[in-house]
Amino acid sequence: MAKNDVKVLGAWPSTFVMRPRIALNIKSVNYEFLEETFGSKSELLLQSNPVHKKIPVLIHGDKPICESMIIVEYIDEVWTSGPSILPSDPYDRAIQRFWAAYVDEKWFAAMRGLRIAQGEERKAFLDQVTEGLALLEEAFGKCSKGKAFFGGDRIGLLDIAFGSLLGWLRVTEKVGKVKLLDEAKTPGLVKWAESFCADAAVKSIMPETEKLIEFSKLLMAQMKGAPPPKN
Amino acid sequence: MAEEVLVFGAWGSPFSRRVEMALKLKGIEYKYIEEDLTNKSPSLLKYNPVHKKIPVLVHNGKPVAESLVILEYIDETWKDHPILPKDPYERANARFWAKFIDEKCLSAIFKACWGACWGEEKEHEKAEIEHEKAVKEVSELLQFLENELKEKRYFGGETVGLLDIAANTIGYWLGVFEEASGVELLTREKFSKLCNWANEFVCVTAIKENLPPRDKLIAYFRNRFGAGNASK
Repeated sequence: MAKNDVKVLGAWPSTFVMRPRIALNIKSVNYEFLEETFGSKSELLLQSNPVHKKIPVLIHGDKPICESMIIVEYIDEVWTSGPSILPSDPYDRAIQRFWAAYVDEKWFAAMRGLRIAQGEERKAFLDQVTEGLALLEEAFGKCSKGKAFFGGDRIGLLDIAFGSLLGWLRVTEKVGKVKLLDEAKTPGLVKWAESFCADAAVKSIMPETEKLIEFSKLLMAQMKGAPPPKN
Repeated sequence: MAEEVLVFGAWGSPFSRRVEMALKLKGIEYKYIEEDLTNKSPSLLKYNPVHKKIPVLVHNGKPVAESLVILEYIDETWKDHPILPKDPYERANARFWAKFIDEKCLSAIFKACWGACWGEEKEHEKAEIEHEKAVKEVSELLQFLENELKEKRYFGGETVGLLDIAANTIGYWLGVFEEASGVELLTREKFSKLCNWANEFVCVTAIKENLPPRDKLIAYFRNRFGAGNASK
């Protein structure tokens, strides 16, 4: 397939943008990565995602697909010759989708709160993040069944959903001087995080912690004037 | 093999009704358990320890939570009367709009109906401006759905699909909120397609049989949220 048949509109620091890129890598699909300039939105983005005006957008041929996890499922359904991202059993699929929704709707908000909040509020977010990690540790035990990933032997939907947050998790640990993934409390997730980041589909696109820390300073500066751009 | 399907729900919830609508469409027998949300049962807490919410579908002892996740599970388990199209792009589209409805529409609708409270005389103007803003936002969101419907009978095409079911909040509950709060949002002049769709939607057998009684629902919302934001 011609490289410019598949485009991803995005930005390198974004958790959500990583997701379709990982999925395309899993399927060995070549794509063009069109990076948005920080602080502005391109015409192509506004045209392709008029509803939310957000990245990522996958453009396949002339068709735009929006919302990161919806894009991942689309990729899985279109490129069927590559390894499957979702398991075949409906119940296992439901469990992966449930936890992916949990990560996006609950845990992500707590992580973000933790990055920005101060004082008492910060402690509340930290508790939420830690509780969430305990739940995810338990889920990992059940889903992985002793293998390396939530998806088993290979990276699956939930690995992508949760693993894409590891870059920013590490930023929070470093800048916030707090340990979130812990060998004592979340041993499964600690090992999983290493395996995930070392995986061929992830390695080349997982942003370095130092680069993300630099970028987060830009974000904070922008916050002083206006709300941060939602990733 | 004896199959056991349980649905934990609440009579007034569009989310648990979605699950029942999908099961009804596919002709699947199930046992319904009504939850008192002020006093949740041990079973519910056992089956959905993470969110402690309805709906939960329990299939042969295995629980699935989150209404949109449940809808996909139902479609993948019982293949008759599919509710998602086969084409991956159309599937992505249906999922996109279902998510849009849940993440954007409901909270905007609530805000427009019951958001600002009438306060002191001074605050009245501020509340009025907030109210107008909220109504405008709902209008913009509904316009997206109006455009998405195009000339189709249902969002799913010729038959009711996942997006129609997810849009039950627009197709029925929105009308209830409007009447309970006195705020008009889904007007025929602006949204003729959506209005026509809503009328068709509530006539589909599997849907009709799973709509809570209108008067009861209106009374419930009036009671819970007050008389609403209608202009004096």
